[in-house]
Amino acid sequence: MGVDGIGARVARKEDKRFLTGKGRYTDDMVVPGMKHAVFVRSPHAHAKIKSIDTSAAENMPGVIGILNGQQMQADGIGNLICGWMIHSKDGSPMKMGAWRPLAHETVRYVGDAVAVVVADSVGEARDAAEQVAVEYEELPAVTDAVTALQSGQPQLHPEASGNLIYDWAIGTSEADTDAAIAAAAHVTEMKILNNRLAPNPMEPRAALGIYDSAEDHYTCYTTSQNPHVARLVMSAFYNVAPENKLRVIAPDVGGGFGSKIFIYPEEIVCLWASKRTGVPVKWAADRTEAFLTDAHGRDHVSAVKMAFDKDNRITALKVDTIANFGAYMSLFSSAVPTYLYATLLSGQYDIPAIHANVRAVYTNTSPVDAYRGAGRPEATYLIERTMETAARELGVSPAELRRKNFIRSFPHQTPVIMNYDAGDYEASLEAAMKQADWAGFAGRKAEAEKRGKKRGIGMSCYIEACGIAPSAAVGSLGAGVGLWESAEVRVNAVGTVEVLTGSHSHGQGHETTFAQLVSDRFGVPIDNVSIVHGDTDKVQMGMGTYGSRSGAVGMSAIVKALDKVEAKAKKIAAHLMEADESDIVIENGELKVAGTDKSVPWFQVALAAYTAHNLPAGMEPGLKEGAFYDPSNFTFPAGCYICEVEVDPDTGKTEIIQFVAADDFGNIINPMIVEGQVHGGIAQGIGQALLEGVHYDPQTGQLLTASYMDYAMPRADDLPSFQVSHQNTPCPNNPLGIKGCGEAGAIGSPPALMNAITDAIGNNDLTMPATPQKVWAAAHAAH
Amino acid sequence: MTKVTMTVNGRQVSGDVEDRTLLVHFIRDKLGLTGTHVGCDTSQCGACVVHMDGKSIKSCSTLAVQAAGASITTIEGLAQNGELHPVQAAFKANHGLQCGFCTPGMVMTAVDMINRYGGKLDEKTVRENLEGNICRCTGYHNIVKAILAAAEEMSAGRQAAE
Repeated sequence: MGVDGIGARVARKEDKRFLTGKGRYTDDMVVPGMKHAVFVRSPHAHAKIKSIDTSAAENMPGVIGILNGQQMQADGIGNLICGWMIHSKDGSPMKMGAWRPLAHETVRYVGDAVAVVVADSVGEARDAAEQVAVEYEELPAVTDAVTALQSGQPQLHPEASGNLIYDWAIGTSEADTDAAIAAAAHVTEMKILNNRLAPNPMEPRAALGIYDSAEDHYTCYTTSQNPHVARLVMSAFYNVAPENKLRVIAPDVGGGFGSKIFIYPEEIVCLWASKRTGVPVKWAADRTEAFLTDAHGRDHVSAVKMAFDKDNRITALKVDTIANFGAYMSLFSSAVPTYLYATLLSGQYDIPAIHANVRAVYTNTSPVDAYRGAGRPEATYLIERTMETAARELGVSPAELRRKNFIRSFPHQTPVIMNYDAGDYEASLEAAMKQADWAGFAGRKAEAEKRGKKRGIGMSCYIEACGIAPSAAVGSLGAGVGLWESAEVRVNAVGTVEVLTGSHSHGQGHETTFAQLVSDRFGVPIDNVSIVHGDTDKVQMGMGTYGSRSGAVGMSAIVKALDKVEAKAKKIAAHLMEADESDIVIENGELKVAGTDKSVPWFQVALAAYTAHNLPAGMEPGLKEGAFYDPSNFTFPAGCYICEVEVDPDTGKTEIIQFVAADDFGNIINPMIVEGQVHGGIAQGIGQALLEGVHYDPQTGQLLTASYMDYAMPRADDLPSFQVSHQNTPCPNNPLGIKGCGEAGAIGSPPALMNAITDAIGNNDLTMPATPQKVWAAAHAAH
Repeated sequence: MTKVTMTVNGRQVSGDVEDRTLLVHFIRDKLGLTGTHVGCDTSQCGACVVHMDGKSIKSCSTLAVQAAGASITTIEGLAQNGELHPVQAAFKANHGLQCGFCTPGMVMTAVDMINRYGGKLDEKTVRENLEGNICRCTGYHNIVKAILAAAEEMSAGRQAAE
């Protein structure tokens, strides 16, 4: 490996602009004539709109225009859609109710957009928005999915009787699974709650719509993880503009964690409003708007039965899950509790029978969709808390029970679709236990006891699936898009390189990691490599960044393009040196004839490609290649996390003493960046387990956690430093052997922490977030 | 409208502001210095931290008129002559940033923290002093490392200068 090559801890190329205030985020964009949008939002969780009176607001200072949903519908702008078709057990398609970008008949959650005010300044737009008089007829609301399924509850959409979107199942037949459970020596039963989270990237969502009437062309700056998908969806489904008339740019984006995958009403409205008002229109969410309208994550209620034989081997798993979808079906919502959740319910274990049933339910809350991990944290939490509980019930050590049930030969076909390609679960378990000094825990517990503290230790052995693929397979499962990635490698005449990628970086450091691939291959310093992304006018097509896919899928596409560039460069070099193409090797930035002292520098080959004075007969000039990469399978990162805590029995406060992560991510390009991904993921997982939770008032449907005063974000003094290591088995299914690392931390950590706390307090009856109040009550109930 | 004059990154600036205009909006919208960010509405996240007369403040909870006559340093004014400030350099060396949105506030808070504590910072103190800055990407692990490294570097620099 070179200093900038694969495996090197290269400091990030993108850092300087962020560290000097030169980052360019959507809300930083200013264009001539730009005006500002503020949305009028529903204060009610469920209501009919009787009238919208804008007369007073229209006369407020600075107001350019006030627009509503009826006008939008008249202009042919379509409803928002969910892009993954799920069929219920009875064969019927999922029941999708209408989601209008601006509601004009019914509002279904607090924050539903009703109108937009465009004015000279944000302040003037806000003042005017407060003067828009909307008359509502309030309707009863329901916020909890279990309640929403019951009879006599408020009905959200006429299409979805009983608020049921789908009733779906996967795996072994229910009868066979029940039979295995009935024959078991031991059955562990649990009710598992997975708390609702607000994703909270630090940059709130924003959009700038610019309509050019001369060209009949739209430009949209937006906080998106996947600008090409945004363009596709806004063109094909929302009828904003045809793709060739719509440029979408996602510039620097301040974190996403899933919430910026989806296409929201606001960017559509900004584009449409720009045409309607004749001025560029910018909107930037404030934090309360982000809490109200960014798609939330998780919110599952599950019943689980895990059956064991007399040797403590798992014989069957049965899961019944109710998933809260909120008021509307967000873009990928339907896939989350199905193909991203139930397909991972085998965990790291060899389970012969698994039956999972999932019901998706409308409620009067913000839409719920993918949030870091998306389904896999819910599956891991369910399996790993159940395993821990089973170990306690069976009187065996948690490590022993897991070891006994580990999958040890690959490939392994689970009963829930997935075919695991490679892994070594024992290696991560051992590494984590050694790092955490598991053997010395009893001594530390006794010492803590003397200080009046309750110490606990817990583990979690997670598996996840990244780089969702192949396109044909996901298409057959209902996906509306392909899940490949594209890349183009352009070598300039002086040998510098531009890589255009359909992946999008919003914190992941692609500008560095992707450049390392080129540096490794051609010996070009990474400063001579530029990564271009996030602009539909520059990059032809791409599927964006989510599901930890940019390494396994995005970089694989780059490798394919690099292969083509290398092949052509070698042909040119062989021609220049009058050597055989098969004898050409690339070393230290030169193309050499192996076994001789003949060489040409990289830049000279590039120059030769463009001068075209002396190319092999029939060769086209230039050195530029593109590739599309469609994976042959998911990748399967896995690992073992161990958490040790101390609980103060007087206050219920949990202190994390140590947190150990042992991960298998396959091959790693930049370990520094990968570790950073793990740190951030763990912090979000600890946030879920200890601090975070979205709460709605069950009667009124008001969001009670709509600011950082009410929603407990993890802060620096809530967290320890983390101990991170890797035990890697290369992925056999992509050229770099990469599995993906973006979500693992958030997937693996919540059960490790909850297993540790319940171990400390001796009471397993505890739900996330384990706030001091809940821990104190559970600790006292245990005695 | 009120006319305010202040020094920002060593340059005297003035502008007409509404009484309700926040310092952060004056900096971003009037001066075009967009490195200072707004991440919340409740003075919690710290993405807006700048220095006023040498001390870190949240520019989202300071009115522009309150800053009249003051000397303000924003993230754009920290690096001198193209050289990163030691805190900026330490954030880069220790991978103390990912998406970059909280970073300007983190750096400005860290500089003030190091100025206040000198070389006497430890992990616990750093974590407590970051209470007013939220990062969603890094889990704070490398931010804490970066601040400790910068504190060491800056105190070594001071000792060498003395």
